[in-house]
Amino acid sequence: MKRAGFTTVWLPVALLLPQLSIIAIFFYWPAGWAVQSSFYLQDPFGFGSTFVGLDNYTDLGRNTEYLRIAWFTVIYTCLVTFFSLAIALLLAVKADKVIRGARTYRTLLMWVYAVAPPVAGFMGIMFFDQRTGPITDLFQTVGSDFKLGVNYTDTATAMVIAAVWKQIPVNFIFFLSGLQSIPKSVNEAAIIDNRSATGRFWQVTFPLLAPTTFFLLIINITYALFDTFGIIDTLLKGEPGNNPMTLVYKVFLDGFRGNDLGGSSAQSVILMVLVLILTVFQFRLIERRIHYT
Amino acid sequence: MTGISDTFTQSKKHVARRPIKWSVVGDHAVLVAGVLLMVLPVFMVFATSSHDRIEIARTGLQFGFSDQLGVNYGKAMFEKGGFTDTVDGSLMLMNSMILGFGFAIGKIIISMMAAYAIVYFRLRFATLAFWIIFTTLLLPLEVRILPSYEAIQSLGMANTYSGLIIPLIASATGTFFFRQFFRSVPEELVEAARIDGAGPVKFFIDILVPLSRTMIAAIFIIMFVFGWNQYLWPTMITTEESMFTLVRGIKQITQGVVDSNDIPEYGQALALSIIAIIPPVLIVLFFQNWFVKGLTESDK
Amino acid sequence: MAVVTLNAVGKTYPNGFEAVKPSSFTIADGEFVVLVGPSGCGKSTLLRMVAGLEEITAGALQIGEREVNDVDPADRDIAMVFQNYALYPHMTVRKNIGYGLKNRGTSTDAIEAKVQEAAKMLNLTELLDRKPSQLSGGQRQRVAMGRAVVRDPSLFLFDEPLSNLDAKLRNQMRIEIKALQRRLGVTSIYVTHDQVEAMTMADRIIVLNGGEIEQIGTPAEIYHSPASTFVASFMGAPPMNLIEAWIEDGAVRVNDGTLLASSGNRTVGPVHLGIRPEDVQLAENGQIPFDISIVEELGARRLLHGELGGQPFTVHVGKDVPATAGQTTVHLKPESLCFFDPKTGKAT
Repeated sequence: MKRAGFTTVWLPVALLLPQLSIIAIFFYWPAGWAVQSSFYLQDPFGFGSTFVGLDNYTDLGRNTEYLRIAWFTVIYTCLVTFFSLAIALLLAVKADKVIRGARTYRTLLMWVYAVAPPVAGFMGIMFFDQRTGPITDLFQTVGSDFKLGVNYTDTATAMVIAAVWKQIPVNFIFFLSGLQSIPKSVNEAAIIDNRSATGRFWQVTFPLLAPTTFFLLIINITYALFDTFGIIDTLLKGEPGNNPMTLVYKVFLDGFRGNDLGGSSAQSVILMVLVLILTVFQFRLIERRIHYT
Repeated sequence: MTGISDTFTQSKKHVARRPIKWSVVGDHAVLVAGVLLMVLPVFMVFATSSHDRIEIARTGLQFGFSDQLGVNYGKAMFEKGGFTDTVDGSLMLMNSMILGFGFAIGKIIISMMAAYAIVYFRLRFATLAFWIIFTTLLLPLEVRILPSYEAIQSLGMANTYSGLIIPLIASATGTFFFRQFFRSVPEELVEAARIDGAGPVKFFIDILVPLSRTMIAAIFIIMFVFGWNQYLWPTMITTEESMFTLVRGIKQITQGVVDSNDIPEYGQALALSIIAIIPPVLIVLFFQNWFVKGLTESDK
Repeated sequence: MAVVTLNAVGKTYPNGFEAVKPSSFTIADGEFVVLVGPSGCGKSTLLRMVAGLEEITAGALQIGEREVNDVDPADRDIAMVFQNYALYPHMTVRKNIGYGLKNRGTSTDAIEAKVQEAAKMLNLTELLDRKPSQLSGGQRQRVAMGRAVVRDPSLFLFDEPLSNLDAKLRNQMRIEIKALQRRLGVTSIYVTHDQVEAMTMADRIIVLNGGEIEQIGTPAEIYHSPASTFVASFMGAPPMNLIEAWIEDGAVRVNDGTLLASSGNRTVGPVHLGIRPEDVQLAENGQIPFDISIVEELGARRLLHGELGGQPFTVHVGKDVPATAGQTTVHLKPESLCFFDPKTGKAT
């Protein structure tokens, strides 16, 4: 709040009203509804529901399929986060170093940001096509028979590759802007102190990038958990079967296809708690960064 | 700019004596590989979209162009398809435009208003309001998709543009972004404006909005792309084909590719994918400086 | 043009912090008053209360005949120049200067005429179509002045307007602001932490410390007869020498017994003796030993830093007075001595 803020009362209330009312209707009401129905068992024919306490949650804890999906989600998230960050960091460091063509490289590397996830998924279908896909051919040359949608590991690999590809631009933009905001004098001091470029990178540049990296870590985890829905849905061609999927996809499947309202709601609530933890981390991070500057 | 040309002439002058710097060549090699990784797949999709379906079905993605470009894009844009035979690419393109613009503009207006109220007024519950709004970051649409769908159904907003756009608008990202920006605006500006006789409305319109132009542009680009690329929500909320957006329609098309017993319309599907990519990519490319600024400053 | 009267005006924040203790003073019509003090002394808060940007929590403020405690800033008939100028970055110089008039409903022609007049006065005519980002620091400063002048206010408020400028420009703008104020004859309140600005610009200085007025007086009064040790050490560079001493038998002595001066009929006990560095003379065979450790060469003059009676002491001599490090003796001008109570710090 500004120290010389306006003192009118009705105006700010009027200004806040649109956002607050939309939030009430489309955020708090649905969220409360989700929490509530996670404690109920819905009659499959829609004739009513019974209070079952924490049963929906304990059922999930005993459901081996759910646990398998949770485990897959963890691995998937780690892989997507690690590879998209690593590749983007490598490219950003190089783009920060070269003098000629730096801008052109930046432009060419970042525009994929605007490609919609389902389109990336569809491209995946073409590239991993069992007969004609170029990447399938590539796997065949090393003797591996790639079967998208049939083989669990193969499908998972395709999901990770498509998700990483789509996320590289965002990470690249953030890393590059982080690198460019490191004062020139710090780099020059490092050049005088350490003749090894690799040493300089790990001892000076990388620690200075830490805030950006932490921030991106959260962003990427959120991305892998939620925003890859479009990629997965397209790649699975609407036929999940025995294929790998993430927790969010499972919420969608159980809620819409399986009509298991209580179970799906309990899963939603678990995800909410997950996001809560991530957000608390992120918020503490932002506070720390304000301290730094 | 002078810096770059200086180095350039300098390196030209010394080119005879200086050995090739292999590390620089390596840097460029890595970057070129990165560019190929990002560009080649889309280029191949584009090139393949100019081939006929039999060719594609037989040999898959292509590196070169063929003569079916016009035919495929014409079909993608204007051939009615779907179960009801009413939807074509141009209609989906229009729906996508409505979603992209409606979402971005609505979001900017609503979140600017809210952020202005939170930052510039001595309001007892300003902090409370901020937290109520901020908490929505905890609830991505994907998490509360089922109850949100129920809410829209019971309000009778399914298959309407407002049902498509409004629930997407409400999240805190825009408000948070503008709040950060407003807080960075020098305190003295509002004081000078008050002495100059500007009330809250005048200050907002005369000073703060023009001052935020770059920020508005930046967030507009990000939000337009975000809205355009929405997939899950449109999939759930629009069941009538006349409401399909391009990104939503992709699934229908690819489903066709997968399920069809005949040889699927590969060319048309790929053409539609390219059409779905072009508008947001162009916006990001043309306004890339604003876009990068908006993206990287939103986290401060 | 207006008389400004503060009657026990004070500011207490909701958290209980008393930023400005109830203060009373009157500023005469056309007078240039400088509020000076270290950061956090409440000088800016006081100014902002006069401007109406900060709520007054105690007392009454009058501008002219009118009590303005609850009057909106825009209706107080004031103009303010801010430390960072607070120019509207998206408006041209012309629009910046005219914005206040536009909000008052002045006609476009009248605004243009007034803007031209102000621009001429401040040498801004060439720059009217530029934006603030295309101006130098000094030019921005002048635009801020123009914005104030054009309103024909009855009171000018300046909030550290020169602190963002480099030293050379600051000296020049100091003179320009003062000259402008003289010409327009508008009552002015000027806040600064720079005692040189205070001394050179003010008709009257108000020294603030810890939310309280330490002294009100003309620059000469403040300089030569500081009301407290705080004023003595805050005003003047280098500051006044303050020596811990003892009064007994009609004499002021330091610990080692050196006689500094006669005490007249002051009461027996501890005292802080103050003397300006330029009121000390080097004497061939004086009574008071002074041990010079460092000679600071300033060109036109020299500063001799050392110890007197075991306490830090500075002497200010002209360029013609030869001085080297080492033992010497000094003479203190008796009429320039100030006496302070060591407990309260007040002059006695």
